[in-house]
Amino acid sequence: MNLSVKITSFCAAALLALGLCTSAMAADTIKIGVAGAHSGDLASYGLPTVKAAELVAADINAAGGINGKKVELLVEDDVCKPEVATNTATKLVSEGVNVVIGHICSGATKAALPIYRDAHVIVMSPSATNPALTQSGDYPNFYRTIASDDAQARTEVNFAINKLGVKKIAVIHDKGDYGKGLAEFAKKFIDDSGKAKVVLFEGITPGAVDYSAIVQKIRRSGADAVIFGGYHPEASKIVTQMRKKRMKTIFISDDGVKDDTFIKVAGKYAEGVYATGPADVTANPVTREYREKYKKAYGDEPGAFFDNAVAAALALTNAIAKAGSTDPAAIAKVLHTEDVATPFGMIHFDKHGDATGVGFTMYQVRDGKYVQVQ
Amino acid sequence: MDYFVELFFSGLTRGSIYALIALGYTMVYGIIGLINFAHGEIYMIGAFTALIVSTVLSIFGFPLPAIIILTALAAAIWASAYGYTVEKLAYRPLRNASRLSPLISAIGMSIFLQNYVLLAQTPDFLPFPALIPDFDFMEPYAGFIGSSDLVILVTTTVIMILLTLLIKFTRTGKAMRATAQDRKMAMLVGINVDHVISITFILGSALAAIGGMLIASHIGQINFYIGFIAGIKAFTAAVLGGIGSIPGAVLGSFILGLTESFATGYVSSDYEDVFAFSLLVLILIFRPSGLLGKATIEKV
Repeated sequence: MNLSVKITSFCAAALLALGLCTSAMAADTIKIGVAGAHSGDLASYGLPTVKAAELVAADINAAGGINGKKVELLVEDDVCKPEVATNTATKLVSEGVNVVIGHICSGATKAALPIYRDAHVIVMSPSATNPALTQSGDYPNFYRTIASDDAQARTEVNFAINKLGVKKIAVIHDKGDYGKGLAEFAKKFIDDSGKAKVVLFEGITPGAVDYSAIVQKIRRSGADAVIFGGYHPEASKIVTQMRKKRMKTIFISDDGVKDDTFIKVAGKYAEGVYATGPADVTANPVTREYREKYKKAYGDEPGAFFDNAVAAALALTNAIAKAGSTDPAAIAKVLHTEDVATPFGMIHFDKHGDATGVGFTMYQVRDGKYVQVQ
Repeated sequence: MDYFVELFFSGLTRGSIYALIALGYTMVYGIIGLINFAHGEIYMIGAFTALIVSTVLSIFGFPLPAIIILTALAAAIWASAYGYTVEKLAYRPLRNASRLSPLISAIGMSIFLQNYVLLAQTPDFLPFPALIPDFDFMEPYAGFIGSSDLVILVTTTVIMILLTLLIKFTRTGKAMRATAQDRKMAMLVGINVDHVISITFILGSALAAIGGMLIASHIGQINFYIGFIAGIKAFTAAVLGGIGSIPGAVLGSFILGLTESFATGYVSSDYEDVFAFSLLVLILIFRPSGLLGKATIEKV
């Protein structure tokens, strides 16, 4: 609990009792730090976030600010370098920043986070995807509006356990970096959930002429569902052989399989197969609104992580407004519990700080087409 | 027990797929002592031909049995033409060179044909229609063995028997055996050796094409690279069984297929290749010329 919070709560109490303090609060501003790569070779990753924060802040200030306070942006460059990011963070903290949007790169974010944590500043990155940033539990003050590198596996596992209610899952992969990495995350999530069991975890040889042995093994394992990490040539062979052996086991895979070639090749056997893929947000009114505002203001298309940055700015400002103060604990509570409309739809943050519904979503093959089912 | 039987049939399916390709390898090796690395590519070209022909025929509304027979014929003839040409262009000029030269030439042909199909057709995977329907009488056994598995198994056995008969009891077969034993001596007694070798390549290629058609129909997809991967395994099987021996190729293929299947079933599919190749090493240590290969005695 720092001094400014005490003053704020005092003022809030006084406001209720006497109707005073208004002039003192109007002079006060909500300081939002925007940190990331704003120069150097990775500037193109960081600058759209600054623009997004400016657009959101301008909207809020035009509408009278948050709870009567104007939003002030403190933009600081970290050049995407961890050693610079610590200085950036120290500077922002010493300037009394309330929340921070950033940083952009995972390495820089990781370096800066302990400084913010010790100062009780909430940080929300639009682009840092390293899974450990949220999942290690080291940085309870950290949130993000982008899917972490393991998000696909998480989407698959959550869908299998919570939506489909399966209890026994066979995790199969193609031994490649992409497939095996995904499968390992999936296995970890299933084990951690405690609601389902991994009954089989195996790698197959890509390009083999026949997968009936592994298919028989899946049947013997008694799995209700298969989560496959890999690409569509193997997925279509496995699905085809499972269905030919009259197995109705649910098949869930990744964006390596969410490819029309899979449906063409597996044909009727592709029906009912689930695959994750990036959610299509272009139809979302919030996405459109901010993309158009950007175009109007800057004349070209918004760059990398723009939608994510808009989501972060909206989520943070909404949380401050709903919390009625800049107390980190109050903001955190709102972030975790209340949905906010963003370019990715209504989102809130899970207990690790990852935004729900951002990044990957589940599709199913229905009548020869991938249809979004979430 | 059920699980054992299931794995056994999985192994048989894999084995018979390997055998269909391995037969061509072993025939060519038996006659001219050349490891024809382009054989896998002939198999792939057979599969592509089958895809094109069967698609055209089904557009014209031919009944399924007619499609299967005509497709098999067209694929066999077209692939044979390739096999014949490859032999004539890449191997015949090197007939009297050291053993290494035609081997390098074969690898070159393999790479050439792969990239030729990649450029002329597509780098993508293409769906292959299921030419073999699900037989009604197979329905109770669908959990163990599919209809296409059965067809491949039967075809492999029939081809193995026919080839053995051809080589043992016909004039051409006798000429082949003579060429295999001693090419110079065969020429002296009036055998047209070039002709015999051409026939060998044509036969091997036709087999590969039929294999390509059946296997692609079983797997349901093809691309330019399928021949290379399948070819490596089939070649391993042929070596295991004793390269040059027709029953050896089939035996080797079944042993390889069953080993992989049981390794997957009882240990882990992560290690199926480890088991398969460990077995190969073991067998080659104790029987250097393979299971049914003839031990060659070096004449000094």
